[in-house]
Amino acid sequence: MELETKTEERFKVVSVKDSRIDAAVALEFKDAMRAQTEEGPGVVVLDLSKVEFIDSSGLGAIVASMKNMGQEKTLALAGLTPTVARVFRLTRMDSVFKLFPTLDGAIDELRL
Amino acid sequence: METEVWAKNMDAANLPPFEVCLLNNNMAVRRALENVHDALKPLSLCAEDSENIELVLAEVLNNVVEHAYPPSIKDGDIAIRCVHKDDGLHWKIIDEGVALQKTIQALGDPVDLDVAFDDLPEGGFGWFLIKTLAHDVSYTRQNGQNQLSLRIVVGETA
Repeated sequence: MELETKTEERFKVVSVKDSRIDAAVALEFKDAMRAQTEEGPGVVVLDLSKVEFIDSSGLGAIVASMKNMGQEKTLALAGLTPTVARVFRLTRMDSVFKLFPTLDGAIDELRL
Repeated sequence: METEVWAKNMDAANLPPFEVCLLNNNMAVRRALENVHDALKPLSLCAEDSENIELVLAEVLNNVVEHAYPPSIKDGDIAIRCVHKDDGLHWKIIDEGVALQKTIQALGDPVDLDVAFDDLPEGGFGWFLIKTLAHDVSYTRQNGQNQLSLRIVVGETA
């Protein structure tokens, strides 16, 4: 599970380089996210623009990552591909996360 | 005469039945999903139909890998069979693990999200997705085998 990160003053971008967050890598993803988010800015943008497929394990891993960060911090999701967005919509998990259509849009808004 | 020819062409338009086999591990599930995708290429499915199939099968297979076979069994067989009929793709997923512990009726209720932050669910979405995206989901156990059947409609725009 490859994550690429970029830290700005008030937020951190974590970009997933893998094209799938599924049962095969869910645990790895959770561990990698914990390592990236336990310290640093209180706002983390998870860039999912390269992710073409998530299953319920992947969804659960993203929820777990948010819970692990704690209620005081924010995990926003950016760049959801249509397939991934659909999974969030079907499960109504799109109401649980702050979603940005694009990473650039997320960065612009968070820099204000 | 013309009706007969047309009817023959309609039969030919249905994909011949196929089977994909795999062992019970997550990487094998990924490969099996790719194999299924390849087997369905002649149908030229639209993106949404392909996604539905991949997601439903991923959830079913994940359940088998996670729950049907104990961790000590690394070489449990799983078979995915597909029959293309006029009302959609009929799937049977067969494994030789432990029996499903709940009835199909009892599985797949929408997950409650109206909970405290720390109680947000990290699982339980699988059966909901299966029952939302597939029809006629049913389960039988015969001769030590689990058999999950379901139908996925293709070729219709929502």
